[in-house]
Amino acid sequence: MNSRAIEVLVGLFMLLFLGAMFVLAMKVSNLTSFTSTSGYTLVAKFENVGGLKPRAPVAASGVKVGEVSDITYDPETFEASVTLTIDNRFSDAFPLDTTASIYTAGLLGEQYIGLDPGAEEDMLQDSDEISLTQSAIVLERLIGQVLFSRSGGS
Amino acid sequence: MTDFLQRFGRSWLSMVERLGRATLFLLHILGALFSLVKRPSLLVRQLHSTGVMTLSIVLVSGLFVGMVLALQAYNTLIDFGQENRVGTLVALTLVRELGPVVTGLLFAGRAGSALTAEIGLMKATEQLSGLEMMAVDPYKRVFAPRFLAAFLALPMLAAMFSAVGVMGGHLVGVEVLGVDAAAYWSQMQNATSFTSDVCNGLIKGLVFGFVVAWIAIFEGADCIPTSEGVSSATTRTVVYSSLAILGLDFLLTAVMF
Repeated sequence: MNSRAIEVLVGLFMLLFLGAMFVLAMKVSNLTSFTSTSGYTLVAKFENVGGLKPRAPVAASGVKVGEVSDITYDPETFEASVTLTIDNRFSDAFPLDTTASIYTAGLLGEQYIGLDPGAEEDMLQDSDEISLTQSAIVLERLIGQVLFSRSGGS
Repeated sequence: MTDFLQRFGRSWLSMVERLGRATLFLLHILGALFSLVKRPSLLVRQLHSTGVMTLSIVLVSGLFVGMVLALQAYNTLIDFGQENRVGTLVALTLVRELGPVVTGLLFAGRAGSALTAEIGLMKATEQLSGLEMMAVDPYKRVFAPRFLAAFLALPMLAAMFSAVGVMGGHLVGVEVLGVDAAAYWSQMQNATSFTSDVCNGLIKGLVFGFVVAWIAIFEGADCIPTSEGVSSATTRTVVYSSLAILGLDFLLTAVMF
């Protein structure tokens, strides 16, 4: 085979590799959706985060507006401190009295944070804290409560 | 008893000596790599014979591995009502593990053995000494371009394997079994991260490429220059490369994920 044909084939090989990387970046992984750098952060303190994990979605009215970037334990308040990164497109979109709750998608699905906007005029800004939170529903605790109320009733 | 000990000691010593020779050989090749800047056409030719020639088997295997993964994942996940997660399973399995590992094994069988046989024959027919006679450095002319080509071709082939596998999974999962197409892609995108999954897969490919290239070229250059020697060197290349890939894969996975 002459060297021109070889060079053309190697060029095609390179293009195919670039195409594969493009597919892996754009279709397989989430490089297109915003990353944790391009947004502003909010902090929410929860009594119990249940099975919430970093990179879990943050949704408002079911629309994804950001993701959980960090979960730590706050020894001052004995609560879990969850850092949310909200996409810049949704800046000045959440009033100060917004409620953050941890929901579960489906019965066994992954957990996510739902934001329910309140009625205040002023909006949450970068690194503000969401004061109204509702913890995750822990199934064991729920069952315990049901059992307790049953035995108490009879 | 002493005989046994002596034999054990001798084989151990010869193994260590061989390892030392292989390391010196590698350093020599790495030193010769810079000369490729002046002669990139040598690299292109080798990329053709290692990369392009391996492409068809890698693409076909990738397609079928992806299709089988989707089929198996669907049959298991349907019991939990989670068949939408077929995409996640296919993508993570391919990008993290099967892409680099299966490509590495195929590459060792297809391109690694060819490299060993080629260099072994060059040695057996005294072409390497001929080059030295003409004051052409075989490290620069023969070994370095082959090493670099194999090192680069493997991760590229692994990326193509994963991409084609995901397409195969789509073909079976969505078109045949009826998983929702949007769910297939969105669940996959939620679970797969570019930096920690795709890039780690690429790093695995680079490591495997390095090891396969090293083993294949060293075995070729170090073989006994007879037809038997070349054939046993080719076998050793495939066996050692496969073992090295599987062992290193475990180590890398333990470190990365």
